Amino acid sequence: MSRPYSLQLAKFQSLIALFILCLALSILSDKFLTVDNGWNVLRQISVNICISVGMTLIVLTSGIDLSVGSVLALSGAITAGLLKSGIELPGNDLFIGFTMLGAILAGLLTGSVLGCFNGWIITRFKVPPFVATLGMLTIARGLTMLWTKGYPISGLGNNFAFIGSGWFLGIPVLVWIASVVVVLSVFMSNKTAFGRYIFAIGGNENASRLSGININKVKVLVYTIAGLLAAVGGIMVTSRLDSAQPNAGMSYELDSIAAVVIGGTSLSGGRGSIMGTVLGAIIIGVLNNGLVLLDVSPFWQQVVKGFVILFAVIIDKANSKAE
Amino acid sequence: MLIAENINKRFAGIAALENVSLELHPGKVTAIIGENGAGKSTLMKILSGVYPDYEGRILFNDKEVRFANPKEAQECGITIIHQELNLIPGLSITENVFLGREVSNSWNILDQQAMRQKTQQLLDKLKLNVSPDTTISDLKVGQQQVVEIAKALLTDSEVIIMDEPTSAISDHEVEILFGIIEGLRKENKAIVYISHKLDELFRIADNFVVLRDGKVTECGEMKGISHDAIIKKMVGRDIQLREHTYRETERQVLLEVKGLSLKSTDGSNKFILDDVSFQLYKKEVLGIFGLMGAGRTELLETIMGVYPGLSNGKLYLEEKPFKAKLPQEAIRSGLVLVPEDRKQNGLILGHDVKNNISLSSLKEVSKSGILNTGRELQLADKYISALKIKTSSANQQVKNLSGGNQQKVVLAKCLATKPKVLMLDEPTRGIDVNAKNEIYKLIAELSATGLGIIVVSSELPEILAVSDRVLVMSEGKITAEFTSKEASENNILKAAIPKTI
Repeated sequence: MSRPYSLQLAKFQSLIALFILCLALSILSDKFLTVDNGWNVLRQISVNICISVGMTLIVLTSGIDLSVGSVLALSGAITAGLLKSGIELPGNDLFIGFTMLGAILAGLLTGSVLGCFNGWIITRFKVPPFVATLGMLTIARGLTMLWTKGYPISGLGNNFAFIGSGWFLGIPVLVWIASVVVVLSVFMSNKTAFGRYIFAIGGNENASRLSGININKVKVLVYTIAGLLAAVGGIMVTSRLDSAQPNAGMSYELDSIAAVVIGGTSLSGGRGSIMGTVLGAIIIGVLNNGLVLLDVSPFWQQVVKGFVILFAVIIDKANSKAE
Repeated sequence: MLIAENINKRFAGIAALENVSLELHPGKVTAIIGENGAGKSTLMKILSGVYPDYEGRILFNDKEVRFANPKEAQECGITIIHQELNLIPGLSITENVFLGREVSNSWNILDQQAMRQKTQQLLDKLKLNVSPDTTISDLKVGQQQVVEIAKALLTDSEVIIMDEPTSAISDHEVEILFGIIEGLRKENKAIVYISHKLDELFRIADNFVVLRDGKVTECGEMKGISHDAIIKKMVGRDIQLREHTYRETERQVLLEVKGLSLKSTDGSNKFILDDVSFQLYKKEVLGIFGLMGAGRTELLETIMGVYPGLSNGKLYLEEKPFKAKLPQEAIRSGLVLVPEDRKQNGLILGHDVKNNISLSSLKEVSKSGILNTGRELQLADKYISALKIKTSSANQQVKNLSGGNQQKVVLAKCLATKPKVLMLDEPTRGIDVNAKNEIYKLIAELSATGLGIIVVSSELPEILAVSDRVLVMSEGKITAEFTSKEASENNILKAAIPKTI
């Protein structure tokens, strides 16, 4: 799959930007360029990468998903809740316990169903993605509050905590998960017919429909995948904290949109790449990490991050114009 | 009135215009003739201020001018009506006509009444019989074109540039347009008229300028020059418009349409298609002619399954009942449509030639959903050479191709699905004579291979040139059928004009 020249250039530029950022940080702080800190950064961004991959697919179809943060919270809470206390069926004292795998699958299923619901609302009732997923943002958050009754669900056991804090073959499990997600989705977007349809729909939905692409099916699948990946993120977060917080994932949708945009994917759809988004997520992660190491106040961190997003989009615009 | 001298313009080092000079006179219509890519649009964009950086100079009323943007040019009195419509779909006709030139009273509040009245006058003058409050998106392409003209008439322009004004409208509306141009000529306006349709130019132009590869190859008065001489100057060689030879096609029914009807999308009880029945034979080229609003495009779209909830009727493909609820079902069954508006509905402009060609047949070049990029490239290259698509490579973005080559890409995409029935909606709109002839030749070759082809067109010469049989539509009904022997411009037009006005 060949991409427009400007995008390759943009990718190159963000690589340079990342390099300069790292260089500057390693001069300014002697803690930055250490192995420990490197893993730390990668572990921190692994959740955002999972969510942002799903977001990229959606944005490529010229949609958006505001509900990923809430879906993440609910999926994590469902997994935690089932793992800890199972389900008590009302009435006849029937109790169903869950193994770890069962609880995780239930969490993933939750995310997929919510994502699928997003896709169904968008395609069946022609509700703009922004509005449909805004609704889901509130619905899923409300359901999370109902499920957790507003309290964290903690103490989930060592086995479950392994996902968030364990290492496998010298690499954190979180990083393994994110890598698998990235590899699979890069393959899917570049090497499969389904991936091509995603780009085509974002490029010109009318032409895609007349060309015989089942627009609705592709869109529902894309939103389902995004929901699934949000659930993956939810389980990662929950395991890392050994606790499902009712307000987990707040404003995660904004971080993931930022990663997508910094990565050079056009918000109007049709052009962009998963790898760009990964790079975007890394830039945000390094920036966060660096600002913390430099003792910059969290309030200033937000301001800086905002400007970086604006700057990235302006550069991207300038690039496509030069073309 | 306006003199352009030695204009040079380069894009990324490639010369788009070389030493082009041009004179426009009040009360004269100047035709700019040239193939796609000859530099016509570039020249017009310089005159109208879209491209401010160029070499050479422009004198307007004996003063040198250099417009920084289209607004400056407009204020000076030069208006351009673009080939691609520049209307805002969600706003009404009035709001579009007055966009950027709103009339307001001394309190800075919009004077809706005055604007509406003025728009009504313009619409009356242009004989467009719709309310000024109509939303643009509810209008057909041809009607939108008329609104564009109304917009240009509103500003008291001295120079009016029309870029392919008739590419989207039917002959009936062309007559109205010519009436309007005649009126403007009498008001001493200088008019620049760009068109591929040479016959039109002979009717209304006084002077002509022929461009080829960014250079002026000939200019002078329209009177006394012949059709063939101009074409020769345009392409630098002799070409002939294909003459259609009558063919008796095999009477083997390929597609049968019985009692097809389509309800209006606006929820009213009006019928856009009303009891349409016809047959398409194998190896046949069936031409369907109709004026704007006759339901030509909708007929093809209904067959393709674009309006599943609104249509009724029976379809048989090779004698088997068939009904598509979605375009993909139609394509799977062997029907395919080359849509009227290739940029809106045919192509993904930002993607490359290869991706566009393979879009409808990715299943052919993939195994359990995984693409075989080598086979995909083969498929693309096969059609690039078969249809002689001029592109630097299969990886070139489609938006960088000329109109004719873009159209061939759409055609390639459709042919790649290995269809039995090929439907073409206005297959040569906005493409030059050369490319047109190539498309006509392709249509003939394809039908010879056994395809049934339906060509919908609002250009009579086109219908006559390609069809074995002609159907005429008017107000959603089929009003006449002619064999290519019987068909003539006269009897076709007669059947096409609506009875109820």
